[in-house]
Amino acid sequence: MSSLQIILLLIIAAITGIASVLDEGQTHRPLVACTLVGLVLGDLKTGIILGGTLELMALGWMNVGLAMAPDTAIASVISTILVITADQGIGEGIAVAVALAAAGQALTIFVRTITVFFIHRADQYAKAGNIKGIEIMHITAMVFQALRVMIPTLIVALISVSAVQAFLGNIPDVITKGLQIGGGIIVVVGYAMVINMMNIPYLKPFFYIGFLLAAFTDFNLVGFGALGLCLALLYQQVMQKQSAHGAVAAASDSGSVAVYDDDDDDLDA
Amino acid sequence: MEKEKRLTKKEIFSMFIRSNFLLGSFNFERVQAMGYCYVMIPAIKKLYGPGAKRNEALQRHLEWFNTHPWLTAPIFGVTAAMEEEMANNKGIDGKAISGMKIGLMGPIAGVGDPIFWGTIRPVLAALGASLALGGNIAGPLLFFFLLNAIRLSTKYYGLKYGYVKGMEILQDLAGNRIQKLTEGASILGLFVMGALVSKWTTINIPIVVSRIKDESGKVDVQTVQNVLDSIMPGALPLGLTLLVAWMLRKGVNPLLIICGIFVIGILGYWAGFLA
Repeated sequence: MSSLQIILLLIIAAITGIASVLDEGQTHRPLVACTLVGLVLGDLKTGIILGGTLELMALGWMNVGLAMAPDTAIASVISTILVITADQGIGEGIAVAVALAAAGQALTIFVRTITVFFIHRADQYAKAGNIKGIEIMHITAMVFQALRVMIPTLIVALISVSAVQAFLGNIPDVITKGLQIGGGIIVVVGYAMVINMMNIPYLKPFFYIGFLLAAFTDFNLVGFGALGLCLALLYQQVMQKQSAHGAVAAASDSGSVAVYDDDDDDLDA
Repeated sequence: MEKEKRLTKKEIFSMFIRSNFLLGSFNFERVQAMGYCYVMIPAIKKLYGPGAKRNEALQRHLEWFNTHPWLTAPIFGVTAAMEEEMANNKGIDGKAISGMKIGLMGPIAGVGDPIFWGTIRPVLAALGASLALGGNIAGPLLFFFLLNAIRLSTKYYGLKYGYVKGMEILQDLAGNRIQKLTEGASILGLFVMGALVSKWTTINIPIVVSRIKDESGKVDVQTVQNVLDSIMPGALPLGLTLLVAWMLRKGVNPLLIICGIFVIGILGYWAGFLA
């Protein structure tokens, strides 16, 4: 690895490390982070493929409320470095990424706890009207999040390739193949989290409609997105008509107004 | 009489830029508090000269705050408009501003999480990933640019909308608009999740149930997976998803479930009932 490559990798580590706490530009998602690392290391294709594989595993990992998702930034950056430099397979990449995502989650929780100290400093600055001070505290917290990924990345980049190869080569086949299989199944955890987030019992049929259509048709995801949007609009229009009808019925019941109903929709009786 | 203090395009744009760093100081005591203050600083600087009022405004926006990061934009807009009124002594006090923030936080998170985390991001990510698996650069590019176009326009127009509407936003949110929006987002999200469960989960059970030799000598091998697929494609992923959803509701740690699935994967490959 040239020193230019190491510097570029550290920049990627910093950007993705901050991105995983910001959750804005999504550069910390494997699809983006692995691709960037692949580009720097001159093996774009491996980066993209590993990124796609890890992205599917991490589809439902998200920060909701105070819950912290496993850390995709550190997992994507380091696993891609190892797979490309040590010439390993996607299975080894998954094995490393899973362990790192869990470790990274612990690290980011640690940094978010340290940040409590910064916010108390910010309180003092606010009392004194020191705007610069508050800004510096906010940015310092981000610097710590960047270091969270940069330091492990630097360590990995400096380890000799043969040592990494020896380590990864020692992982038995049954583990890497098993993890690859597990990786295909693991997506259900993400789906389950998303479903729980939208836990509105009377809307559950829409989940099963989606499932059945996918099982027996060849729509792609864009098709499903558009169809879902139409269903959502349709549902709300029907519900609106129904409640409007209810109001009209109530009004004519009281005998105060006669409404001419030219609505020829038979569905909303 | 003193001239009215007004926020200009410059402050609003500066708030928009800063709002991209809202979560930078996420912490377990007051979550997005410092980030919120950081975004409000251009408005506070413009509206209050150095002194007690400015310091109070800074402290006001260091209070506990947490919602969906992208949809914070309209809340920033509304609070900026309210601060403007307060700076011009139009009968709004700090309590009203804090109250507005707290009042909007919950409903906004309730809309943002299903729309962005539950639907748009997973859909674009799955689309991008399915292209990326074949080594196609279009996968990551599509995901990154499409998602960010949606994100940035939501943030920019959300902020302007909130600022222009000000407190009137409550009338917009009154009635059942928020509820309808949440409902619509959930329908779309659930529908697409259903499709994803069926199409983007790979479980294969290669255990052979029957080997039938036809007249030409060809051997027709039927595995458990073939049988399951002929009854209902994707039945296993569906069952597993519902099981995991139930376990999560019962409070099982997701990381534990993930590890469990990997253990099953390894054992399954070793024993030959998964491939």
